[in-house]
Amino acid sequence: MNGITDALIITKRQLLQLARVPEVLIFSTIQPIMFVLLFRFVFGGSISTGAPGGYVQLLMPGIFVQTVAFTLAATASGLAEDMKKGLIDRFRSLPIARSALVFGRTLGDSTLNIVVLFAMGLTGFIVGWRPSSGILKISLSFVLLLFFGYALSWVGIYAGLSARDARVVQNVSFLITFPLTFLSNAFAPTTGMPKPLQYVAEWNPVSTMVAACRELFGLKNQFGVTANSFPSSHPVTMSLIYMVIIMVIFVPLSVRKYSTTANR
Amino acid sequence: MKSVIAEDLVKTYRKGSVKALDGLSLDVTEGTVLSVLGPNGAGKTTTVRILATLLAPDSGRATVAGIDVIKNPEKVREVIGLSGQYAAVDETLTGWDNLVMFGQLYHLGKTKSVARANELLEKFSLTDSARRPIKTYSGGMRRRLDLAASLIVRPKVLFLDEPTTGLDPRGRQEMWGVIEELVKDGVTLLLTTQYLEEADQLADEIVVIDYGKVIARGTSDALKKQVGGERLEVIVEQSQISAVVEIVQRVSGASASIDEGLRKITAPVSSGSTALVEVLRAMDTSGIHPLDIALKRPSLDDVFMSLTGHAAEDQVVEVAKKARGGRP
Repeated sequence: MNGITDALIITKRQLLQLARVPEVLIFSTIQPIMFVLLFRFVFGGSISTGAPGGYVQLLMPGIFVQTVAFTLAATASGLAEDMKKGLIDRFRSLPIARSALVFGRTLGDSTLNIVVLFAMGLTGFIVGWRPSSGILKISLSFVLLLFFGYALSWVGIYAGLSARDARVVQNVSFLITFPLTFLSNAFAPTTGMPKPLQYVAEWNPVSTMVAACRELFGLKNQFGVTANSFPSSHPVTMSLIYMVIIMVIFVPLSVRKYSTTANR
Repeated sequence: MKSVIAEDLVKTYRKGSVKALDGLSLDVTEGTVLSVLGPNGAGKTTTVRILATLLAPDSGRATVAGIDVIKNPEKVREVIGLSGQYAAVDETLTGWDNLVMFGQLYHLGKTKSVARANELLEKFSLTDSARRPIKTYSGGMRRRLDLAASLIVRPKVLFLDEPTTGLDPRGRQEMWGVIEELVKDGVTLLLTTQYLEEADQLADEIVVIDYGKVIARGTSDALKKQVGGERLEVIVEQSQISAVVEIVQRVSGASASIDEGLRKITAPVSSGSTALVEVLRAMDTSGIHPLDIALKRPSLDDVFMSLTGHAAEDQVVEVAKKARGGRP
């Protein structure tokens, strides 16, 4: 299967980049760790949750989801950079499947997520995070997180190929991911939000993901207006549905965009 | 045998409002170098992109090594090498990393990829910097590595899109040396350039394009002839001008033009060096010693001027615009 081998060579290229410029890996790990410490010690004291084990139990799933959601930005800007440098032309002139480059990149960005999630989990554990559900469910939640990051990385591919300038890509992808992660239950319960906003926040895929992780880590979820709706009562299933929807839309869209996009 | 054939290529952008190619046709004979010469925006890059399967034309046909570019792009990609205007290599990786990766993407397998990478690094004098990231390379080294990457599978046809644009004179000389080596090895090469000197130096044949069309083709010599034959130029002391004009006009058989400021007398001559000797002999008999005398052939600049009505350097403004606003 040449297509798969080709994609893996592209993935390997990204890992090789990390080996050649380890700073990238170091800084992309430090940032989420900073978020953990910031929310745990700076804001955490002021957010009353009443949850057993304290705020850090609620916080960790939120930060995990936020971090994998940022894969969108990483994928988009990485691809935009390749376009700017003319590298995409070279890849497109090679006798490889057109989809190999985009598949390879999404795989590479997900591989990076494994390292980052591991570092965050370790930090969380040090500052008091204790998931109580057992190893199987915890592993399952990490698999779910990786898939979520993978699905969003396809949105990143599309964004990266669509943007006219590499500098815009970074801004645009943050513009997508920031409201998505903060207009959710990731850092504070949605029950304190104005009612109309609660609908938005609780149907938000980030919220269903966070709720799914909390459930898998053995926590009880709190929802406001949507408490009895499908996404709130079945967060794991709903998250999977969201991922499938994202992939079904963006995989073909991105692959097609890639084969027609000329270098800018 | 023709390695590259393009017939009536048309490509428009922005829903037809910008015509990049307007019925362009060209061909390259196997084992020769064709230079596509033209200013920025003439359609050089678009032509290369179509032939290298990166872009589909609106209409027209093209084959590379006998394979249809539009119907069989995958097959074409197996036999071509492409090196674009911008060194398209991964800058964070080392030169060696890049070549091995591209070798593997050409499905050479790890062992062969490594061997080929080492071979190419040696050939392009990059062995010493093989283990350094490309970021630390000079412009000329980057281009050489980029060229090396396009030669991994020994392509039947090589496309070089403005291989020396943006290089300093030394980098350009080095690049020319490398390209001349390739030509000696018998590669079929289509090279675009906006440098007339470059086309003159490297190409067997030149096509001049402007506004997406071929406006002239031929060898460098033939193109120069097309513009006009040789001219004799003599520079003498002020007091001798009238005497020399008489001599020059007698030999040339046509009227001479005189530049009083430069004290230069110019006249067309048909017999070349014979005319030169004749004029010199006549001047010597009259005791006139020229400050300078030369037989001038038209430069490719002259060719461009007479073909397009504007100089090849017209596009400086456009280049500046490109630098400000990104690529068009």
